[in-house]
Amino acid sequence: MKKRVIAGLGCGAITIIAVVVIGIISVIYGISFNNTTIELNENVSEAWGNVQTSYQRRNDLIGNLVNTVKGAADFERNTLTDVIEARAKATSISIDPNNITPEQLAQYNQVQGGLSGALKSLLVTVERYPELKANQNFLKLQDELTSTENTIQTARTRYNEAIKPYNNQVKKFPGSVFANILGFEGKPYFDAEAGAEQPVDVEFDFE
Amino acid sequence: MPKTTLYSTLQIKSIACILVCFLSWSYVSAQFDIPDTPKEQTSVYDYVNLLSNSQKSQLEEKLIRYSDTTSTQIVVAIIATTKGENIGLLAPRWAHKWGIGQAKEDNGVFILLANDDREIWISPGYGVEHKLTAGITGELTRNVIIPEFKRGDFYGGLDKGTDAIFQILQGEYQGTPKKNSSNGFPIGAFLPFLILFIIVLIALSKNRRNGGNGGSGGRKNKDFTIWDAIILSNMGRGSYGGSSGWGSSSGGGFGGGFGGGGFSGGGAGGSW
Repeated sequence: MKKRVIAGLGCGAITIIAVVVIGIISVIYGISFNNTTIELNENVSEAWGNVQTSYQRRNDLIGNLVNTVKGAADFERNTLTDVIEARAKATSISIDPNNITPEQLAQYNQVQGGLSGALKSLLVTVERYPELKANQNFLKLQDELTSTENTIQTARTRYNEAIKPYNNQVKKFPGSVFANILGFEGKPYFDAEAGAEQPVDVEFDFE
Repeated sequence: MPKTTLYSTLQIKSIACILVCFLSWSYVSAQFDIPDTPKEQTSVYDYVNLLSNSQKSQLEEKLIRYSDTTSTQIVVAIIATTKGENIGLLAPRWAHKWGIGQAKEDNGVFILLANDDREIWISPGYGVEHKLTAGITGELTRNVIIPEFKRGDFYGGLDKGTDAIFQILQGEYQGTPKKNSSNGFPIGAFLPFLILFIIVLIALSKNRRNGGNGGSGGRKNKDFTIWDAIILSNMGRGSYGGSSGWGSSSGGGFGGGFGGGGFSGGGAGGSW
């Protein structure tokens, strides 16, 4: 008799309790999910910051390079103009790390890759000028550029490494539901930079 | 219609990208494998026995001593070849993986020498990049290290190169004294205080004896010179005592091992 009353009362109560418990669990899970995701997102933003800083550093160096080369090899107008134009294009694009779309990233990648290509041609052209190659300032500048290119590569790799745990968090099943509710979206990876490791032509093969 | 064509080009693009990624991935993984962080963490890793034993231990001791006084860890690794990998990318990746330098200061410097490739690369950690800029490091490599290497004197190049790095980094970071070398340490530390204490006592007692005899300005001046002398002697004692005292106790690698310093990927080098 007692049991039935409890059971009778229970039917409604149990569902209420179950709903409440599930609610509490999901709120707790949601909070911890939210915090972890924000942390991972911070890592991504930081990694993206490093990517942008290293590209910015390269832009600054290119300014110096152009001035140095202008003095010594003024008649390489075309190569110089290419670099200057590519640089202007590259500086015109900036991306907010909190909503990077694949298209934006691809565009960024392409523009920076274009600059890499133009820069490479310039440096190859410059090889023909012995007075430049003997110039200590130019050699230093070349070192700085090489270093910056390596920093860029490293920053890109680390950005991709930072994306992975974030995407796993946001895209795998239980998380994906919460990610949807809380408005976290997956982020795109960097593809290999066109023109960074391969000859410049490769860049246009996809088009 | 336009939507579908857009879709297909996107798809082709992504497939191509995946292919490229996959290819480059397998390409990369076929290359140089960075050794695991060694258990005994010291300053010189000569995997190809390019240096003689005495040269190696001399360089090693010098770098450990430097790390003891400045906390800046300079590590030299000598390998045969990078197996086709870009040494400028391999060196910082390696250094970052091992975590050379202190975690907070990021004051590690990694020198990678690939003997068969005839290449050397110097990668500074985040915390020393502003001093060891690529331009300066490149110049150092060209003007100090490479000439020695060309003569076949690898020890000479590394020795002079690291000395040049010491100079560039001078005064940047201070080390915390090792705790395990306590035998000679307290005397060195307390002696200046003892002397100071005695001098102060003497000065005070003299002051009292002379009472208010006037001429306090002159005495003040005197005090200042005494203070100066103490401070100066203290400084000298500190640095000398430091280098000689800790040199003997080290040799078993960095105290505390690699600190977990980070590397941006920058650096410079050269070939001979």
